Amino acid sequence: MRTITKNGVRIDDTFAEAFPMRGTALILTGPNKRWARQAAVTMTGFATSVIGCGCEASIDGEVEARDTPDGRPGVRVLIFAMSSNDLQTQLVNRVGQCVLTSPGSACFSDLVAADALKVGDLLRYFGDGWQISKKFGNRHFWRVPVMDGEFLCEATTGFTKGAVGGGNLLICGADYEKTLRAAEAAVEAMNEVRDAIMPFPGGIVRSGSKVGSKYKALHASTNDAFCPSLRGMTKTALDDDIGCVLEIVIDGLTEAAVADATRAGLAAIIKLGPRNGARRVSAGNYGGKLGPFHFHLKDLLA
Amino acid sequence: MTLVLTLKVTPPQRLDLSVLLPHLLADKSSKDVAAIDLATTREKITVGDLFRIRAGSAEEIRFEGGSERFDGVGQGLQQGRIFVAGDAGINAGRQMTGGDLVISGNVGPYAGSAMTGGRLEILGNAGDFLGAPREGELNGMSGGLLVLRGAAGRRAGDRLRRGTILIEGDAGDWLGSRLIAGTLIVLGRVGVSPGYLMRRGTIVLAKPPALASTFVDCGQFASSFPAVFGRFLLPESRGAARLFRAPLRKFAGDMAVLGKGEIFVPA
Repeated sequence: MRTITKNGVRIDDTFAEAFPMRGTALILTGPNKRWARQAAVTMTGFATSVIGCGCEASIDGEVEARDTPDGRPGVRVLIFAMSSNDLQTQLVNRVGQCVLTSPGSACFSDLVAADALKVGDLLRYFGDGWQISKKFGNRHFWRVPVMDGEFLCEATTGFTKGAVGGGNLLICGADYEKTLRAAEAAVEAMNEVRDAIMPFPGGIVRSGSKVGSKYKALHASTNDAFCPSLRGMTKTALDDDIGCVLEIVIDGLTEAAVADATRAGLAAIIKLGPRNGARRVSAGNYGGKLGPFHFHLKDLLA
Repeated sequence: MTLVLTLKVTPPQRLDLSVLLPHLLADKSSKDVAAIDLATTREKITVGDLFRIRAGSAEEIRFEGGSERFDGVGQGLQQGRIFVAGDAGINAGRQMTGGDLVISGNVGPYAGSAMTGGRLEILGNAGDFLGAPREGELNGMSGGLLVLRGAAGRRAGDRLRRGTILIEGDAGDWLGSRLIAGTLIVLGRVGVSPGYLMRRGTIVLAKPPALASTFVDCGQFASSFPAVFGRFLLPESRGAARLFRAPLRKFAGDMAVLGKGEIFVPA
């Protein structure tokens, strides 16, 4: 494969192939930063991949108290799914089980869009008749009495059909330590990009997959071409100087957010250089025929 | 440019100004406007008889000078803006569904009666039955925002169903009587029996009188709701925003009826 070398890091002339998704954004607040974050962490747990989790979700960033609707510390979370129905189901289950239950929490929509999903409009029934509806201007809230006071929840949240899921970077390094360092640096830089999340643990996935399997029941299986221990046994994509590969997957509310996150990650990896970090960066695609969004790495070099 | 109607003479009779709305005057020339009949008696009286007209876009109508005889100002307002530099009579902003109506003086009874949307601001005082239903109607105000800078008469917010009424001055007896839902805030003093027979809804009182025995004490109130609502109200009223920032105590009632309403007072 042709490569471009930047600061000693080889960038493959390839692209990440991504897919349309549905996505929404919420602001969760709490009595302090710790409990705002706890609600967000719990709600976005077990949400790495739509394949097994039903949705992909993570924290987009912290929101200062002065910028939240109720003046308390907040956290912005993004949730993505393949269909509007899936997103609706996941959203109400997760807010209901993880945010409603979290001490002192409140839940606000943070995406204005023509299409809406129900949040408080469904969770209000928990109030068993004691729930109170409040409207002001074009915003509608439900107040649900709970044991520590009231759970305040916006009735609906906007969602976009223009979200993009599956942007990715394959980070290849000499050994485990250096590759992880490069991946961590990339995630840290990408966390600064608004409207984009990296849903895997700490933003990093070590078990990248390919489409299909030798077993009929499985749709996806290990990406053997990038497994260092299978070099020589399979048609490998790895060079002799690569001992470890980690992947970062990106979901964004817009195509631009995914591109910006990819750009930020690439810049951080290149800045770190091959001595302490990655020797090569590649990206995953399916030949370009499955997903409509193509993020060419060479176009995203700062 | 604003359409300006400057009052030339004291109206010789009560007027029906509900015909002077932006959407009704959109395509009319000054001559057409001058010919509009405002009479409520058999004596005909037209816009031209009463006002000096400065032509302009009817999207914004400005009355220079008002009168206690200006009935139905902005009644049925749908969009655009009306400003009255002066007083108005009964039914100001009644049944408005949108737009912005500002009256710099005092208004008579039934201001904002049964309004469903838009914003009504009265800089002076209001008569009885602010936002209330008229005879035979089931609901009072059911949407929008009503801001009264002065004092209200009796039974302000009667049968309020949705929307927000903010009274910066005092309010008379039976504030929020028969309240169905919605939010009613009073920064000044309040007469007897606020929330009389209220079913649901929220009344917030900065200086509460003794509440009726059919209101039960629910203790100190913990919720994000006052903070959120206070922030919404900040552009309208610093006093209201301050009231919502302080700790509140909740009373539930009126237990003589459904009892799911609430009166908040400073804790």
